[in-house]
Amino acid sequence: MKAISIALLLSLTAAFAGAGNALAADTDPACATASSLVSADFKLSQAATAIKNKQLTIAVIGSASSTLPDAKKAYPARLEEMLISKLPGVAVKVVARVKARESARESMPELRKLMAVEKPSIVIWQTGTVEAMRGIDPDTFRSTLEDGIEAAQEARSGIILMNMQYSPRTELMIAMPPYADAIRIIALQHEILLFDRLAIMRRWGELGTFDLNEVTKEMDTANRVHDCIGHLLGDLILEAAKLPASSENGIK
Amino acid sequence: MPAGNAALPPAAARPAVKAPSPERDLRLDLFRGLALWLIFLDHIPSNIVSWITIRNYGFSDATEIFVFISGYTAAFVYGRAMRERGPVVASARMLKRAWQVYVAHIFLFVIYMAEIAYVSASFENPLFNEEMGIFDFLKQPDVTLVQALLLKFKPANMDVLPLYIMLLAGFAPFVWLLLRAPTFALLASAVVYAVSWHFNWNLPSYPEGTWLFNPFAWQLLFGFGAWCALGGAQKLGGLMRSNIAVGLAFTYLLFALCIVMTWYFPRYASFVPRILSDWMYPIDKTNLDVLRFAHFLALAVVTVRFIPQNWPALKSPWFKPAIICGQHSLEIFCLGVFLAFAAHFMLQQVSSRVAVQIALSALGILIMIASAALMAWYKQVEGRSPGSRPPRDADLAGGEA
Repeated sequence: MKAISIALLLSLTAAFAGAGNALAADTDPACATASSLVSADFKLSQAATAIKNKQLTIAVIGSASSTLPDAKKAYPARLEEMLISKLPGVAVKVVARVKARESARESMPELRKLMAVEKPSIVIWQTGTVEAMRGIDPDTFRSTLEDGIEAAQEARSGIILMNMQYSPRTELMIAMPPYADAIRIIALQHEILLFDRLAIMRRWGELGTFDLNEVTKEMDTANRVHDCIGHLLGDLILEAAKLPASSENGIK
Repeated sequence: MPAGNAALPPAAARPAVKAPSPERDLRLDLFRGLALWLIFLDHIPSNIVSWITIRNYGFSDATEIFVFISGYTAAFVYGRAMRERGPVVASARMLKRAWQVYVAHIFLFVIYMAEIAYVSASFENPLFNEEMGIFDFLKQPDVTLVQALLLKFKPANMDVLPLYIMLLAGFAPFVWLLLRAPTFALLASAVVYAVSWHFNWNLPSYPEGTWLFNPFAWQLLFGFGAWCALGGAQKLGGLMRSNIAVGLAFTYLLFALCIVMTWYFPRYASFVPRILSDWMYPIDKTNLDVLRFAHFLALAVVTVRFIPQNWPALKSPWFKPAIICGQHSLEIFCLGVFLAFAAHFMLQQVSSRVAVQIALSALGILIMIASAALMAWYKQVEGRSPGSRPPRDADLAGGEA
């Protein structure tokens, strides 16, 4: 019985896996090793409209893992550069609001303000790390995410959720899975895009693309990782903007 | 689950309560052993091998199996103690057991602290500046250690034993009630579960939040296992084996599988009706969501139907490794937690490539099996030697409940 069910599971998994189409990543070959984990599951109609109108503003809101000592090397800046090169004639602007040690709940006022001031087409909401580090109740976290998504939708912004980075050294200390699951399920429920940074970076670690266990003061790896994240994010946005309208989510 | 069953007076000597079957049910040991392996695999962070574990194919995971079987065997052992020696002695034994589990937990915590103190001292990487903030708690050992002793500060993956401690600590009145009015006892357990959901009861954690496994909710599964051990299984037997129940169970397992697949392949989420997903999510592990409980029940129904208690293969050497692990569950569980720490350490210090993950997973399970075999051998040798302690006490000190 067990053998049959396992065979069934495996074949189902294979069938599903075959269906998920990898994005064609014409980026740094190192980044591409994880491109199968970036899939435009839902349409980002706001991005499509913005590109058509030649004015694409993206707001990134997140905690410290969304920046580097040199902000020009961090993924929001890399994303901006990538989109500018890919979208000639479109005024691309990526604004980042990064606060270290700030939970999603605490960043809500900032999120609302950002949407009022910048009126971004897309909000990239990087979250979960601070919650996991503090052990904030996943229920509270979920309801905060709901509030934020609602606020973005009221402001007619598209939203992309981004989860934590994969930090192998601290994995035993920070219980990420409950929060990563919460983000995943909320994204699913609202049919919004999830940029699964955790899985992407884990893949890089497994394949040896980047050595994330390295003990170093150098910025090389950090810069390259952020560069790849910026590129993959850009791929995701462009791909999701291109999807036919039938994949558009049902949220008004 | 005492190995010394045979030494007991026959069940007929205690007609007041329907006695559990005198033959040791090896299925319990087998599935608890398997659950211990799965928990170990799941506890190695980012372990590729954990893809084989059941949590990826349904709502429930190995924790449900472990808690249910622990409730079953605890009721088996302490129920008999309560009948034979009375409530006071039996309660004392349960508290003693809870104390042993507490000591084991603190022992593991010390090992954990040693590992992370080592890791933090040597770690530096600008990519992870944010995550490294977690080492701050090492700067205030006074608070951290006291909170750990109070079971409020629980590092990742160290949530099961505190749950088990609370379940054992509160078990005595439940067993007492179970021996007198089993249906009422089960009902009481369900009421506590429902009330804890309604009023959001849970124990506090440090620095924030609540327990990852809410004991007020998870006691339902432990209590249900206990109820099954003390006659409930016989009551349910016919129903559990009926074609309708098995059909329903299969349908539900398939439904859960399809839903879980949408987690990995979100584009299929649009096939899940909005009304269903709104009702279904979140599937709450902390408070033992009804969907998880039902998933465990469905797995149990299918298992009971296709693996009878007297299945000859249970005595085959192939299942022996899992069975002996299941027979020493506390020791093997703790060993598994330690091995998961050790595996994490190796993955950090040596390499985290896929091949290393697979090798460490296999090695860990082999060590668990070898240790269980050693303990079984020792127990046997000691049990035989003249002047050794009576077998039943030896059992109680062992990993049976």
